[in-house]
Amino acid sequence: MNNRRLALAFFVVSLGPVSVFAQKQASAADNSHDYSELNRAPAKVRARMNPFQSDPDAVVAGQLLFEDHCTECHGPAGGGGKKGPSLRHAEVQNAADGTLFWLLTNGVAWKGMPVWSKLPEAQRWQLVRYLKSLGVNDVFKVDKKL
Amino acid sequence: MSLSARLAASIFLVATVFPRLANAQENPYIVTYDQFLEEPRNLEIEYFSTYGTQRGGNDFHAYWLEFEYGATAWWTTEFYLDAQTTFHDSTVPTGFRWENRFRPLKREYFINPVLYVEYEHVNGADKILKELEGHDIENDFLTPNAEARDEVKNELELKLILGSNFKGWNVSENFLFVKNLTNEPWEFGYAVGASRPLALKASSKRCSFCPQNFVAGAEMYGGLGDRYHFGLHETSQYLAPALAWNIPSGWTLRISPAFGLNDFSHQFMLRWGIAWEIPGFGDMVKRVFTGRP
Repeated sequence: MNNRRLALAFFVVSLGPVSVFAQKQASAADNSHDYSELNRAPAKVRARMNPFQSDPDAVVAGQLLFEDHCTECHGPAGGGGKKGPSLRHAEVQNAADGTLFWLLTNGVAWKGMPVWSKLPEAQRWQLVRYLKSLGVNDVFKVDKKL
Repeated sequence: MSLSARLAASIFLVATVFPRLANAQENPYIVTYDQFLEEPRNLEIEYFSTYGTQRGGNDFHAYWLEFEYGATAWWTTEFYLDAQTTFHDSTVPTGFRWENRFRPLKREYFINPVLYVEYEHVNGADKILKELEGHDIENDFLTPNAEARDEVKNELELKLILGSNFKGWNVSENFLFVKNLTNEPWEFGYAVGASRPLALKASSKRCSFCPQNFVAGAEMYGGLGDRYHFGLHETSQYLAPALAWNIPSGWTLRISPAFGLNDFSHQFMLRWGIAWEIPGFGDMVKRVFTGRP
């Protein structure tokens, strides 16, 4: 009985620091909508070509995927949301397709961006096609205090 | 109305209250965990059923309700409530579970580990077979509910989850370590699964029946004995084809017939589940308490 209570107490208490750390991470994410993670993509990955570059349907398919999985954080049309930065910023729009694909695949878990490798590779490339079709528009940058 | 019907109805009720939807992209496994966590601040409400045959006794229908919340992109926490109906016997609630999964690595690798910690407070009538461990066998289920529910079990369950993606396939392996918090030995189990969407490329039209929305696969799970008797001897083992249908409206349906592979296993189980994802649930709750839009 004592063992049981001790183990349960340990389990609950040990989640406390994890929770605090997680909150700090989340709050750090809210205040650091920088795009430095894009620079971490390995050169080999940046050079990868989008296999859907000449597929006209890829943009539409990518848009549907974006609406399903990305608008919650990045806002409609990628203009930025309270949780995720604008994807119409020049840093994103000028990044290589391979870089965006790499970021989608790996996520930035410690800053709140989940791993999207659960989507098949083809769908990640279709998403990249849609993202790059949006074009630069810095007007969408969001004031997170709103 | 039976308890299982009430649980299923409660999901539909919540779905009506929270109209925002997210298209989930779930694998079909019922027992095996893959390496993917819930998206941050999303809540997934799931209902699962297991109909099991029982030699020498009454067949049963066990079911559980699951609340899965993405605390962060690297931490998912879940709470379960479970119950069962044994035909010609009774319906009993069988306990609760609290589970946490952590993704320790920052990047995606060929093999991606996830650490899993769960506390279970269940009674001896528990039949959901969410995991197989130790020497859990079919004969354990012969005890009448009135007697079995008197046995209370507090268990700590640890899992090492490994997941890989390769050419559209997901392959996941789970290694299970369970300790009943009384003076009982560590027990072990495993689950492995492989699955693939029927199409890898997304359609340019929104459709419910597009092949990309269906994920087919199979899983195998069973016990591996305990600290003193490690191995497959006197353990139950199952092989289960599985299919998931990720509907664009945000629902996921899963079905999986499971076949016992030895005389210690139930000969047949039919398992199915329904899941519904609420995006931004954490933000909705935050708004309730802070009043900020």
